[in-house]
Amino acid sequence: MVKTLHAKKKLQLAIGFLVGILFGFLLQKGGVTKYDVIIGQLLLTDFTVVKIMLSAVVTGMIGVHLLRSRGLAQLHPKPGSFGTTAIGGLIFGVGFALLGYCPGTLAGAIGQGSLDALFGGLVGILIGAGLFAELYPKLDKTILNKGHFGEITWPQLLKVNPWWVILPVAFWIIDLLIVIEKYGS
Amino acid sequence: MERWSPYAVGISIGFLSCVTFLLSDKPIGCSAAFSRTSGMIEKLIRGGIVAEKAYYKKFAPVIEWEWMLVLGVFVGAFISAILSNQFQTAWVPATWAQAFGNTPVTRWVFSLVGGIILGLGARWAGGCTSGHGISGTLQLVVSSWLAAICFFIGGILTAMLIF
Repeated sequence: MVKTLHAKKKLQLAIGFLVGILFGFLLQKGGVTKYDVIIGQLLLTDFTVVKIMLSAVVTGMIGVHLLRSRGLAQLHPKPGSFGTTAIGGLIFGVGFALLGYCPGTLAGAIGQGSLDALFGGLVGILIGAGLFAELYPKLDKTILNKGHFGEITWPQLLKVNPWWVILPVAFWIIDLLIVIEKYGS
Repeated sequence: MERWSPYAVGISIGFLSCVTFLLSDKPIGCSAAFSRTSGMIEKLIRGGIVAEKAYYKKFAPVIEWEWMLVLGVFVGAFISAILSNQFQTAWVPATWAQAFGNTPVTRWVFSLVGGIILGLGARWAGGCTSGHGISGTLQLVVSSWLAAICFFIGGILTAMLIF
């Protein structure tokens, strides 16, 4: 039943749109479509972004692995290498702080009327993404494959049943959130 | 209500992720849609030859699931803002104005340059705060944990430097 649903192209576009609406609604309600909240996180004065991300990760991690163990979902790990993931991640971080939005929250910020997101951020991201597509053949030959480690997950790397990782990570995240509630703001 | 508890929002996003894995066999992600859009615009200007670029063979410049998701994020945030009377057009966010003044042009330059670096970095890393930061980490993917940590290292250092 689920497989036939995945194959219905037009219905899938509608589901994607619907999921996006819910996601955008939640991001706005959480306050993370606001520049002030995101920059507050990066300045370590407002921990809203981390609280939302970590509670989403705990819930989603348990849920997706439960679905998977019943054969209702499969994982889609992204490949990685130090040249791709670490360098790209650091570049992303610089842009994240200068812009004050990430790609998803930028779409939400435009929806709530932030003009810096629309005329600055959106135009910039499109240029930046285009620039990467232009540089891709060169980067792929030089830096992107340095320190390649592939599409691996922590349970695969540690060669254990996923639940041996899921439970400790869940407890660690909950602990971290308790500490943040106590000492952060 | 204007703001919800971050935990209510986070847990709901976690459930929403499970729903997308079940119904669409896809993790939530946003940045590839910007690559595709950039390719679509370039195609309008330079024609079909753009689709021959190696990168656009991997991420074809077409409207697909994730593109619709990003469009939905815009619509969903708009609905939420309207319902709680928070929709407001503004050039300069409050924190920015306090540190750097109220001039739209300065903010525009920073957001444009920041956007370029963000777009480049997101595609370089193969994902953003949602694709790597939430969807990848919840699947316990090694590359996504590394990416999420690097996003925040780069972000925190840069924010501390400019403020």
